[in-house]
Amino acid sequence: MFSRAYRTAITLPPLLWVTVFLLVPYLLMFCYSFWSVSPSQAILHTWTLDNYQQLRHVDVYWQTLLRSMWIAARVTVFSLLLGYPLAYFLSFYAGKRKDLFYQLVIIPLWVSYLVRAYAWKTILGSDGVLNTLLQYVHLTRHPLEFLLYSPFAVVLTLTHIYTPFTFLPVYASLEHIPRNLVEASHDLGASPAQTFWRVVFPLSIPGVLAGATFAFVLSLGDFLAPLLLGGPSGIMISNIVVSLFGAAYNWPLGAAISFCMLVLVVSLLFVSERLEKKWSFA
Amino acid sequence: MVTSEQTARATSAGVASASLLEIRNVAKSFGKNVVLRDISLQVAEGEFLTILGESGSGKTTLLRIIAGFETATSGELWMGRERLDVLPPYRRRVNTVFQHYALFPHLTVEQNVGYGLMVEKQTKSEVASRVEQALAQVKMTAHAKAKPSKISGGQQQRVALARALVKRPQLLLLDEPLSALDANLRRQMQVELKSLQREVGISFVFVTHDQEEAMVMSDRIALLRMGGLEQIATPREIYSRPATAYAAQFIGHTNLLQGEVRGGIMRCGSLSWKTNLPDGPYLLSLRPENIHLLGSSLRAGAVRLQGKLQQRAFHGATELLRVQCADGLTVSVRAGARTEWQGELEFEFDPADAVPVRGSAERI
Repeated sequence: MFSRAYRTAITLPPLLWVTVFLLVPYLLMFCYSFWSVSPSQAILHTWTLDNYQQLRHVDVYWQTLLRSMWIAARVTVFSLLLGYPLAYFLSFYAGKRKDLFYQLVIIPLWVSYLVRAYAWKTILGSDGVLNTLLQYVHLTRHPLEFLLYSPFAVVLTLTHIYTPFTFLPVYASLEHIPRNLVEASHDLGASPAQTFWRVVFPLSIPGVLAGATFAFVLSLGDFLAPLLLGGPSGIMISNIVVSLFGAAYNWPLGAAISFCMLVLVVSLLFVSERLEKKWSFA
Repeated sequence: MVTSEQTARATSAGVASASLLEIRNVAKSFGKNVVLRDISLQVAEGEFLTILGESGSGKTTLLRIIAGFETATSGELWMGRERLDVLPPYRRRVNTVFQHYALFPHLTVEQNVGYGLMVEKQTKSEVASRVEQALAQVKMTAHAKAKPSKISGGQQQRVALARALVKRPQLLLLDEPLSALDANLRRQMQVELKSLQREVGISFVFVTHDQEEAMVMSDRIALLRMGGLEQIATPREIYSRPATAYAAQFIGHTNLLQGEVRGGIMRCGSLSWKTNLPDGPYLLSLRPENIHLLGSSLRAGAVRLQGKLQQRAFHGATELLRVQCADGLTVSVRAGARTEWQGELEFEFDPADAVPVRGSAERI
């Protein structure tokens, strides 16, 4: 239908983009992960599996990876627990105020992530808003130290930041449910609770999966929240990668960790997409 | 036509004795927009009642009020001794066949039909046997394991019907269930639906905008217009004795004639005949098929008219002739096809067929 030249002209720029900014860097990273660093801090371009061996045998690496996954899992669950009811309320009960509420959920996304993370720091710190309040009402005498610089702070902050990301796909999938299905369910004698669990929820599963994937993948790779609020016990895998590429100057090991993360994330996306397809009924 | 005169008579007689659903003075407005005004009617046991009306007449709203998806602004619904309008939809012993079927896309045909029994916590074997029976009733057994997206519109229609009937409701509501089907399938489903209704013996309240469909299927028709009940009667009654000009025009073709009675004589342009009606202006509905070609058999007391043939429209078995009379009156006449009509023609009609109706003569 279109001329060959035209087709080349429109496909070339995105292809170039993907090659230069995605494929080449990943390929480089992949290569780096099999290289090593000499004591004099030069990159040795000889192939070795050392970096991957280290990942398996040095506790801090795989433990931090596991902790990151555990934090990401909690963030996923909490942001779904917050985002789903919110989306459900908006989609089914907000009526005319739907658009207003929708904007209220979206607005925080316009505020820099960094600002929001710092805000939590001010709230949770030992002289922070929360501790001052707790002392003021005499619920505690000394500031609660576990609030800041802990996995708790990281989970809380990431949940706050990624809830809109779970809300959006869930909301979209709820909006797609024809309302006459809900009426049909009531008509056939199903109570509101039965209708929710047998009709609404199953039909919103693609949105739940998409939202869960967003929350999990984004928080798994997060590095700012643990840096600002995590403290030593709240360190996540990205912080290790950052230090390996920075102060520790071990690019090959950093590349190996990154590559493992990449494989993990891509396979997650793959599984989630398959499941979403299985649960969508257009 | 499927409706026999006998059933029509039987049910119109039955209305008074065994009424299943009673709608009392129901009105509905959305803000300032009045959708239904003071509707009162009864549905008899085993009756096929059609709510007929144009879009915007409020027919679907009335059905949704019966099902419980809308709340009436005022008025009451009674089913036997139970007040219906205070119950949520899932507590009403009423089931609906939706316009676009509303089958659950994530469930199979079988699971769709069994849904209403499963939420009632019926035993598995009970659900299975009733589902099987319901699917057999609508000839869908072969597709039991299919998802709704894999079957045709007509088949989805049958599944929706089975899903509602399996609940054994006392009253089935159908919201334009045939409107999405093509003409042939539609006629076939009309016949099937009617015989199914006789077979199961439950009351149907059927909403449609199609007057022919209403005539073919119903025991009685409730004609709605702009939220008001225009007339409720058997198809025959509403056709031969329309109460209003609107009813006369909406259900079949008609000629609306303006006349005036003075001293027992009806005058209508140059035509006149004796009548028992009191003095005053009248609007008369005269069906085209009640105007006959002169000479076939001159009846006593028949009124004659003369006119020039203006236009003819072929309808298969009959033709519709537009005839311009001398005094500016134009009438439609239905005549047998394949006759050579030409020029000046003479007709006659029985004055009893000119039915006085309420309303104005404006065309709809």
